[in-house]
Amino acid sequence: MGYALQQLINGLTLGAMYGLIAIGYTMVYGIIGMINFAHGEIYMIGAFLSVLTYVLCTALGIGPTPLVLLAMLFVSVAFTALYGWAVERIAYRPLRGAPRLAPLISAIGMSIFLQNYVQLTQGARIKSVPPLWQGGVTLWSADDFRVTFGWAQLTVVVVTLIVMAGFAWMITRTSFGRQQRACEQDPKMAALLGIDVDRTISLTFILGAALAAVAGMMAVLQYGVIDFSIGFIAGIKAFTAAVLGGIGSIPGAMLGGLLIGLVEAFWSAYLSPEYKDVATFSILVLVLLFRPTGLLGKPDVEKV
Amino acid sequence: MLELQRVSAHYGPIQALVEVDLVVRAGEIVTLIGANGAGKSTLMTTLFGTPRASSGRILLEGEDITALPPHRIARRGIALVPEGRRVFAKMSVYENLLLGATPLEGAHVEENLQRVFSLFPVLETRRTQRAGTLSGGEQQMLAIGRALMSEPRLLLLDEPSLGLAPLVIRTIFRTIVALNREHGLTILLVEQNARQALKIAHRGYVLQNGRIVLEGSGAALLADPQVRAAYLDAVS
Ligand SMILES: Nc1ncnc2c1ncn2[C@@H]1O[C@H](COP(=O)(O)OP(=O)(O)OP(=O)(O)O)[C@@H](O)[C@H]1O
Ligand SMILES: [Mg+2]
Repeated sequence: MGYALQQLINGLTLGAMYGLIAIGYTMVYGIIGMINFAHGEIYMIGAFLSVLTYVLCTALGIGPTPLVLLAMLFVSVAFTALYGWAVERIAYRPLRGAPRLAPLISAIGMSIFLQNYVQLTQGARIKSVPPLWQGGVTLWSADDFRVTFGWAQLTVVVVTLIVMAGFAWMITRTSFGRQQRACEQDPKMAALLGIDVDRTISLTFILGAALAAVAGMMAVLQYGVIDFSIGFIAGIKAFTAAVLGGIGSIPGAMLGGLLIGLVEAFWSAYLSPEYKDVATFSILVLVLLFRPTGLLGKPDVEKV
Repeated sequence: MLELQRVSAHYGPIQALVEVDLVVRAGEIVTLIGANGAGKSTLMTTLFGTPRASSGRILLEGEDITALPPHRIARRGIALVPEGRRVFAKMSVYENLLLGATPLEGAHVEENLQRVFSLFPVLETRRTQRAGTLSGGEQQMLAIGRALMSEPRLLLLDEPSLGLAPLVIRTIFRTIVALNREHGLTILLVEQNARQALKIAHRGYVLQNGRIVLEGSGAALLADPQVRAAYLDAVS
């Protein structure tokens, strides 16, 4: 019982991060109909930027911890968003209207480029950040087993919830969100109504990258170690989450992330941690085979 | 108001418009008739730069808009009710109307909403309904309402009566006339329903294989033997 509860907490934390990354995949797919395979790398860059900010803060003697955390979040989100914007401008926009294979290849090229770029500039060794704070809330204890919601985990879950709620509000309630959805449904018509579709696409990449940056920083808080290759596996898992939830659906991405996080935590705990990645990929294959529209995605039924 | 000077347009190698000259003056209803594939819809969307005119000039209120991007053209007092309506099916009626107001950047939204609702009361009762679940006639009203939300000075309507019941068609035509006569809105109307369109139009053009082959007042075209043979007798 206690063990299961602990896995639930671990799964939630993991799922929160996957969900944040998955939103980027799903939004970009929604608006330009392609999978941004460089998105995992954007997440990795977000993680690196928050480590760099941390290192910079300690070198300059900036404290206390909350201030450092805010600086990490701010710097990482701002610069990662810039990377997201640049990826669209360089790798995708010139290929708009080209056969579908072209942007796909360009996306993979972008992904390889970003990995190598970080490896060259930051080195191939693992970067680590000491745990910023220890301990947590003990939820349950019996004999020698304690279930704790670590402060870092709690931060990850709370920050993710706040970011997702704000984001959902923006998409459903604001005029930008409305225009964003209009561009997803019918970009030509959106342009005829005076909406700048190119700008909306740019902003979509920027937002997706910002959310991935938050996830990257959360990974740093949670694990304390990163290297240039973390984007690959995390990217594929978040992609699986997006597909599981229904590609193109934002609530689906959040739900899918959560489910993948939970599956991974419980699989590692009860079956075999070595094969936890296999579990995720099996889900990907099964969903694609039996329910390609995902859990919350539905084929469009429209009257014309 | 609107002037096309020798405008041609292509889809890849296919030429859809051939040196079209056309004028719409302020306060007019001008109708464009022609067979399927004549290039009527192309003419309307070419005004917005999709596809872009491959030669010639398009002037809106005296200014050259030929090379402007579509969303900038849409912000110059011209609005299109496209063929097939193209409402945003997954959004509510209200959201569709708000999107129509994009060119005004938040100005006069309430007044314009009220104007649209008084023109089409059914839209007010369906305010929160998803546009995709509206009937065809309601979708057409929504498409017109959406276009009016931007307070256009020139309204383009592409086959607004397509696929609708006679009663609804009458409502739509009555609305078009009222918008023109009472609100002074200038209108360019494309219709399969040539007889009805020519009846309400001040002037008309006949498009054939991308070329203007005939122009004249609505009454003159209605009486023209060529027009009668090709577009009126066959239809009715
Ligand atoms: N997106 C497109 N790509 C290629 N060719 C097109 C495209 N749209 C239209 N055409 C071609 O351009 C020509 C004019 O088409 P257009 O839709 O303007 O005709 P129309 O007069 O509006 O016809 P209808 O009465 O059927 O609506 C047609 O030959 C059509 O096949
Ligand atoms: Mg047409």
